Amino acid sequence: MTAAEHYSPSALMDVFRKALFINVVDEKMRGLLKSGGLVAVYYSPRGQEVVAAGMGVHLKPSDYLVTTYRGIHDQLAKGMPLKLLFAEYFAKVTGACKGKGGAMHITHPETGVMVTTGVVGSGLPIANGLAWATQIKKEDRVTLVTFGDGASNIGAFHEALNLASLWKLPVIFMCQNNGYGECTQYSKATPVENISERAAAYGPNLAGVTVNGNDPQAMWEASRDAVARARAGDGPTLLEAKTFRFMGHYFGDPGAYIPKDEYAAAMEKDPMPAIRQAVIESGAASEAEIKELEQEYSAQIDEALKFAADSPAPELEEISRDIYGDAA
Amino acid sequence: MSGTINFTQAYQRALYESMEADPSVIMLGEDIADEEGGGVFKVTAGLSTKFGAERVRTTPISEQAIVGAAIGASLAGMRPIAEIMLMNFITVAMDQIVNHAAKLRFMSGGQTHVPITIRTRTGAGIGAAGQHSDMLEAWFAHVAGIKVVVPSTPADAVGLLSSCIFDDDPCLFIEDSLTRTVSGPEPDPGHRLPLGKAHVDREGGDVTVIGYGRPLLDTRKIAAKLADEEGISVEIVDLRTVSPWDKETVLNSVAKTGRAVVVHEAPRSFGVGAEVAATIQEELFGQLKAPVLRATSRDVTVPFARILEQEYLYKPADIESAIKSTLK
Repeated sequence: MTAAEHYSPSALMDVFRKALFINVVDEKMRGLLKSGGLVAVYYSPRGQEVVAAGMGVHLKPSDYLVTTYRGIHDQLAKGMPLKLLFAEYFAKVTGACKGKGGAMHITHPETGVMVTTGVVGSGLPIANGLAWATQIKKEDRVTLVTFGDGASNIGAFHEALNLASLWKLPVIFMCQNNGYGECTQYSKATPVENISERAAAYGPNLAGVTVNGNDPQAMWEASRDAVARARAGDGPTLLEAKTFRFMGHYFGDPGAYIPKDEYAAAMEKDPMPAIRQAVIESGAASEAEIKELEQEYSAQIDEALKFAADSPAPELEEISRDIYGDAA
Repeated sequence: MSGTINFTQAYQRALYESMEADPSVIMLGEDIADEEGGGVFKVTAGLSTKFGAERVRTTPISEQAIVGAAIGASLAGMRPIAEIMLMNFITVAMDQIVNHAAKLRFMSGGQTHVPITIRTRTGAGIGAAGQHSDMLEAWFAHVAGIKVVVPSTPADAVGLLSSCIFDDDPCLFIEDSLTRTVSGPEPDPGHRLPLGKAHVDREGGDVTVIGYGRPLLDTRKIAAKLADEEGISVEIVDLRTVSPWDKETVLNSVAKTGRAVVVHEAPRSFGVGAEVAATIQEELFGQLKAPVLRATSRDVTVPFARILEQEYLYKPADIESAIKSTLK
């Protein structure tokens, strides 16, 4: 499934479906964590739904994704099956990784979810390798790697951008600039206004673009261009999507380090009510149709959550499996 | 077996044969293509000319990017060989090796694996001082999921490096700086040796010397001398694969001789010798006729001045006196 050339109400609707799905999943997860129905470390994507959705609609199942511990929105936008995802969150043997990787290491090669890393910045060099293999094999496949603004200050980011530009790799570096690296405000860690400016250091092969990640049209168009550029072999893109992280670094983070006025201003730009409104105004769906969609998603999610909750834990023998390929 | 080859020719042969056998074998590293001289140590000389610059790529000096790209390409079905010029430079890429290469198979529940080979060179005795000489094999042996391989003859170098390249797990193959021109019998074409299997290099009945790599070149001479001059019968067990190591072969040998000496070039404390010695006493305590001894280098930074560097390094005389001590 590839999105159309031009933005339209139906393109908006594609983005909205994915964003809404992510939003409903996130609400369910937070509800479960609050009620004690799930005990896990959770990095909510609340506020970043449109970023993942706007990019996700342009990707094929065969394209590769490398994401981070705050990656559930990216994984869902890529088409990761819910049951396998949730069962992994619940540490069950039916999870994608048999309960051995957990939320921070979600992997599902069939939908292109190749690596989820818990180490800031580490995904970028690996994404280059996936793209390099594609380049050698002359496959029609792009690699998307997503990361936060904090990752742009680590060495791996710079090594990876340099190599990708040099080798003109079919990779998209998508920085989800949510204003905070852990508990430190962007401006206190990063002395450039836009992370995309850093692309200029790596020559003309690497495009640098900053976009309002909460704006479905801007996000859709910038993603279309970055994906098309990679697919055509024209080079990588550092795509910075500016957004906000409403639920702190981790679930339960009191967020005392976020100034109240900054938070209030971000709330006013919350992408979920805005995209909903835009969909209705575009005529792509009515409020009643959206409610129906929500119910449909909610039912799917509940079914997958039940599967996860009812699944068995891994057996103890699992601890000695998957260490080496040739060992028992 | 026709003639003789040296260690450098052995590495070259394994790389050449592997690239010829399988188009998914690709290489990357600093200066490795012929335009850059075929590698600082000339191990990759001729390969980019023969197999093309796409399969043998010179990289920037970016160890994280090198190892990360190897990992990513391996996830996409390639068999990358990354050259890290010297082992101390691997420290720059520890996150990629330890957090990713070693663990992705386990953390993905076996959905992905990382068939990369990292070739690197090191060893004291060439006046290269503290940042170009360290044997760091124990660091990697401490992490599940990596195979650590060190050859002690040119023929073994061919067989072990070829096996690393075609193994489905990440392998760290350590080449010695000092012995690169040392020759030995040439193996047959297509020579492979199993990983994780030790080799009884010399049979004997009085004492077992366990080691790998360069110290075994010394040990062979000492064992021959002790047999001739003093009638001492030394059995030599070459681990070949440092991790995961072949306990069975080591324990069978020590059960027979009742005495053991472990030799390695790396410093003594927390080294491979400590693990081997501890395992021997755990398993064979009642059968030991003497304490298990170690002959190693000293717990200091490798010094520059030759007189100090020699003082740092294990000495053949240490190996000989350790053997004799077990017989007192």
